[in-house]
Amino acid sequence: MNGKTANVGIVIVSHSPLVARGIADMVRQMVGDCVPLAWSGGNVHGELGTDAGGILKAIEAAWSDAGVAVFVDLGGAETNSEMAIEMLGLPRSGLVSICNAPLVEGAVIAAAEASGGASLAKVVATAEELSP
Amino acid sequence: MAVQAEPVLVAGLIEVCRATIAANTDHLCALDRAIGDGDHGTNMRRGCEAVSAEGESLSSLPFPDAVEKIGLTLVMNVGGAAGPLYGTLLMEIGRELRKSNERADFPQVLKQAIDAVARRGRAHAGDKTLLDVLYPVHAALASRSPLGAIARRAERSANRTADMKAMRGRAAYLGDRSIGHVDPGASSCALLTTAICRYLGEHRPQ
Repeated sequence: MNGKTANVGIVIVSHSPLVARGIADMVRQMVGDCVPLAWSGGNVHGELGTDAGGILKAIEAAWSDAGVAVFVDLGGAETNSEMAIEMLGLPRSGLVSICNAPLVEGAVIAAAEASGGASLAKVVATAEELSP
Repeated sequence: MAVQAEPVLVAGLIEVCRATIAANTDHLCALDRAIGDGDHGTNMRRGCEAVSAEGESLSSLPFPDAVEKIGLTLVMNVGGAAGPLYGTLLMEIGRELRKSNERADFPQVLKQAIDAVARRGRAHAGDKTLLDVLYPVHAALASRSPLGAIARRAERSANRTADMKAMRGRAAYLGDRSIGHVDPGASSCALLTTAICRYLGEHRPQ
C-alpha cells in the first residue's frame, strides 16, 4: 500500500455496498490503519451483486507483498473473486487467498492477526478457525 | 467443423444474442425470482449490451481474440455468478482456438471450455446449472447433429432442470424447494444456443 507496512492486506466483498463498506469501517475502527484494507460491494451499477472488475481494484488497493486475504458473502462473490484473482496474474495471484470464514468475524479477526505482522497462511488459518 | 469466421458473422452473432436476451429479460428474471435473487435477466441484458456496444471493434479482431474479449466483457459487466461462468466459457473457447491456430476441432474446444466452467463453479452435470445445457449441447455437436436438433436438445435440457435439486448457486440454499423450477442459467444458455443455431442455419447452411 504505502511501503510502511509489510502486513497482509484485507479485502471485503459483499453483494451489498453497504455491508462491504460497513464491515470495512468496523475493521478500521477496531484494528486501526496498520492493515491495508479495501472493499468491493454491489455490481457495476452499485446495485446488489458482485463485480470482478471492482474486486480486482479492491485487491490492488489493499495490495501488500505479504499477500491479501479476501472475505466474501454469498456464491457469486466467491466466483467473481476467483475471477478477479486470476486477472491479477502471476505471481501476485499466488499471494491472494479467499477465506472460508464468516464475513464480519472473519475480517475482524484476520485484520487483528495481520496487524501483528502474521503471515498470509497464519491470517487465513486464524480466520478459518471460525468456520463451523 | 471449421472454425473460421468473417467479421460480419461475429457482428451478427452478437446482435442475435443481444436481441434474444433483451426479448427474454423479464422471463429470465421471473425464473430467477423463483429460486434466486431475480436479476439474471437484467444482468445478462447488461452484459449483452456491453458486448454489443463494443461490437464494431470486436468484429475487426481475429475470431479467437474476439471471442476471448467478449468473455472478458461479460465478466466485467454481467456480475453475479453468471458473469464469470459465461465469461470463462468464452475466454476458454477463444484461448483454445488461438492455440490450435484455426485447425481446431470445435467440439473438443467446446468440451475443454465447458470443463473450465465446471471447475470455476465447482459444479457437475445434474447440479441444476447451465452445465446441464452445455454438456448435452456438446454431445449433440460432437455427434454432428444438425443445428435444429442441437437447439431442440438445448431447450429440452433446460426444461429438464425443473426436476433437479439445485446443488450450486443461490438456488442451492432452497434445497428441495428448488425442485419444480427451471434453472435460469440453464434457460439463458438454451435461449442463446437456439439463437446461435438459428442464425448459423440461416447464414451458414451446413
